[in-house]
Amino acid sequence: MAIATEAPKADFRLSMLIYDTRYRSITIQVIVLGLFVAFVWWLLGNVQTNLAAKGKDISYSFLFSRAGYDIDQQLIPYTNDSTHGRALFIGLLNTLLVAFFGCILATVIGVTAGVLRLSKNWLVGRLMTVYVEVFRNVPLLLWIILSFTIFSEEMPQVKDFKVTQEMVDTGSTPEAEMILFGTVAVSNRSTNIPAPMLDRPLGSAMIADVPINYSTLAVLLTLFGSIWINRRIVASAKAIQEATGVRPVTWWKSLAVIILPTTALLLALGLHWDIPRFAINENGVSQGFNFIGGISVAHSFTALLIALSIYHGTYIAEAVRAGILAISRGQSEAAYALGLRPNRTMSLVILPQALRVIVPPLISQFLNLTKNTTLGMAISYLDLKGTLGGITLNQTGRELECMLLMMLIYLILSLLISLGMNIYNASNTLKER
Amino acid sequence: MSKSISFVRSEMLGQQKPPVSEAGALKWVRENLFSNLFNTVLTLLGLYVIFSLITAIYPWLNNSVWNANSLGECRDIIAATAGEGAIGACWALINERWHQFLFGFYNQDAYWRPLMAFGMLFVALAPVLYFGLRRPTTLMAAVPSVLMVLSLFAVGTDAWHLFLVAVILAGLTGLAYLAPKKLVYFTLLFPLIAFYLIWGGAVWAPIGVFVGFAIAAALLVGLQARIGVIPAAGIAALVAVIWWLFIQPIVTGALFSVMPIGLEPVDSSKFGGFLLSFVIGVTAISGSLPIGILLALGRRSDMLLIKALSVGFIEFVRGVPLITMLFTASLLLQYFLPPQTNFDLILRVIILVTLFASAYIAEVIRGGLAALPRGQTEAADALGLDYWQAQRLIIMPQALKIAIPGIVSSFIGLFKDTTLVALVGLADPLQGISKIVRADIAWKGIYWEPYLFVGAIFFIFCFSMSRYSMYLENKLKTDHR
Repeated sequence: MAIATEAPKADFRLSMLIYDTRYRSITIQVIVLGLFVAFVWWLLGNVQTNLAAKGKDISYSFLFSRAGYDIDQQLIPYTNDSTHGRALFIGLLNTLLVAFFGCILATVIGVTAGVLRLSKNWLVGRLMTVYVEVFRNVPLLLWIILSFTIFSEEMPQVKDFKVTQEMVDTGSTPEAEMILFGTVAVSNRSTNIPAPMLDRPLGSAMIADVPINYSTLAVLLTLFGSIWINRRIVASAKAIQEATGVRPVTWWKSLAVIILPTTALLLALGLHWDIPRFAINENGVSQGFNFIGGISVAHSFTALLIALSIYHGTYIAEAVRAGILAISRGQSEAAYALGLRPNRTMSLVILPQALRVIVPPLISQFLNLTKNTTLGMAISYLDLKGTLGGITLNQTGRELECMLLMMLIYLILSLLISLGMNIYNASNTLKER
Repeated sequence: MSKSISFVRSEMLGQQKPPVSEAGALKWVRENLFSNLFNTVLTLLGLYVIFSLITAIYPWLNNSVWNANSLGECRDIIAATAGEGAIGACWALINERWHQFLFGFYNQDAYWRPLMAFGMLFVALAPVLYFGLRRPTTLMAAVPSVLMVLSLFAVGTDAWHLFLVAVILAGLTGLAYLAPKKLVYFTLLFPLIAFYLIWGGAVWAPIGVFVGFAIAAALLVGLQARIGVIPAAGIAALVAVIWWLFIQPIVTGALFSVMPIGLEPVDSSKFGGFLLSFVIGVTAISGSLPIGILLALGRRSDMLLIKALSVGFIEFVRGVPLITMLFTASLLLQYFLPPQTNFDLILRVIILVTLFASAYIAEVIRGGLAALPRGQTEAADALGLDYWQAQRLIIMPQALKIAIPGIVSSFIGLFKDTTLVALVGLADPLQGISKIVRADIAWKGIYWEPYLFVGAIFFIFCFSMSRYSMYLENKLKTDHR
């Protein structure tokens, strides 16, 4: 009968710290920790000496002092008398605004291009290949600068939109025309789009210096409420289908629930569009130097938005294509064998599986897009980099504080987006045993 | 009684041709372009897009002007040849300023130096891409060498330097043919050679740096059997740093005063254009590979502290935009370094871009590591290999192979991102040089031509790299599918 005996325990010797794998990792970690602490100590010491040499300290009090510069695109009220902190906030909102619309537009472009690239239509497939390859192999900065240059140098001047006395006399029309049925004016100065106006607004309140518009809030609440009700309708339809095998027709209910309440509310509030135009005197001659009414969108925003969404659209197109190609042919063949029609195959079999592959790279593109909004700096778009990391930094001379704060904010943004991605991924991974 | 059969075919009919609509080009067109209403609409739309693009671009290209002194002159020539109101490209700008787009303000009589370094880059890359294979290695050395000599001729290099470059590149090509495996030593030397060629200065500085590496390598090889890899590497690094910081300046200074050999130094503020893009891109990617490998290993390490530090670094760098890193280089680094440390902006940018790229490379390599089956590590353990031997001989060769496409696409991204250095005041080809060119009173208002030129060069490089990585991916795919 064999008795297992434990290996004899050797006494601890100092050399075991290096040669014994049980202790070596601890040794290494202790050394690395020491080196790291020394490194950080060295950095902080340097910072202290350098700051002392320049007679500076570390203080964020500048965030509460007067900024003294103007920002042309502001989502919440801001004047040059506001604080640097508020300028930071305006910049952050501008970053988020362009990132938000950029993500939506890039997804639309990317999904379209990705699907079309796989289409059986040879010509369109090749065209989309050309689009993807051309736009993703050239730096984003070029697209940003080029689109900005086109906007500010190719577009007609504001005065070309004006109706002069001579034109009224001869019955001719101005050189430049407004596009989209005369509602949008693209001049070399800005893009003027119609503004939604309410006849009977619900008023607004200032909460912590941020205006809260009750009308907008009401419309959004109604919209979300209708979407929630619609989800209930779909869920109950699904339950009926599971129980009986017959799916009740719901599309008209969904349509009505989503559209009617919001439309009714908007009508009740008296929605109309304020179209950009010139003031006109009694003869029909344009007055003034610029458009009145509407919203004037700076070219830096438009150019940045277009360049970002076209550039990142190519990556999204590739992700979509790869995701659809990743689904094995057997899946669609099996669906056809079950008698599903092509569009049902797509929506019930292919897409749910493809989405699992598509979404992670898609979100990482959203992340890249958000980070790349900083390139707006090349065309003076005042986002977070332009306000906090640009003008505020130059005015206050507090490089260390501004840069660290800015990095922190971008880091938090990125982490939030990755967090969203991880939550989505966790809820959508294949449930395996 | 017989009933005669009126007709019986006794021989087979010849095969009939398929209907016209089911064969050849017509079938292809029907199936691929006009299979249903939606496809027809798409096709017509596509044709319309192509048509409008061609009608917009063709006259513009057709009326190109290659020789003029200003935009106004260009427009006059176009108006004279193609009629009033015609549009045309004014490539005369490129004709006049190409050297700025390519080299920035680099000394004109020294163009042979960066070009030779560029030719050598391919020779140095050859053993990395095709280790030990004679034919591709030789080709990879020969073709760029010939191209470089030709382009040297085109930029008007004097005969002596042309001869020198031709001889050196021919020698390297000969080496690639005779001893393709030995070429890897050239790859190791290449960074120093390229640094010396591009920046110039005394020949002793790069030699001193090389001696430092040699000392470190000798110590590592000599000590690792006795005290293990990590302590040996630590000691080697320490000795090398001491050599570089304290001993080398004295030695090289003394050598230079005795033998003042060297190339004319070029100040890095003169760097610009694609020279700058390549210097930053190539240095950053080659520097980020080793750091990225270490970070990836650190992230998968069992040691909690190492893992935490690696994860922290990677996630921090990937979470902030590159621009903030560049501004850190230009504004913040002065706070973190000892007072009076002052080295030039390009070097600072290269360091920060290298760190930036290494975080991305680390994630790519981690993907490669994650794709390897656990059995590989266990097999290595079973063979009695220690950690570093297992990494070097079993894990890394396979993980890197899987990671190659990702590494190439990181490089493409990095190469495109080198244009951002313009925002901290360096003269990159896109923003920096184009701005300088467009600020010239003679060329004010021109924008399509410079941007198209720069964009086309970027496209050529990035597109060929991505195609190469696809080819490599197919070639290296050894699994059975």
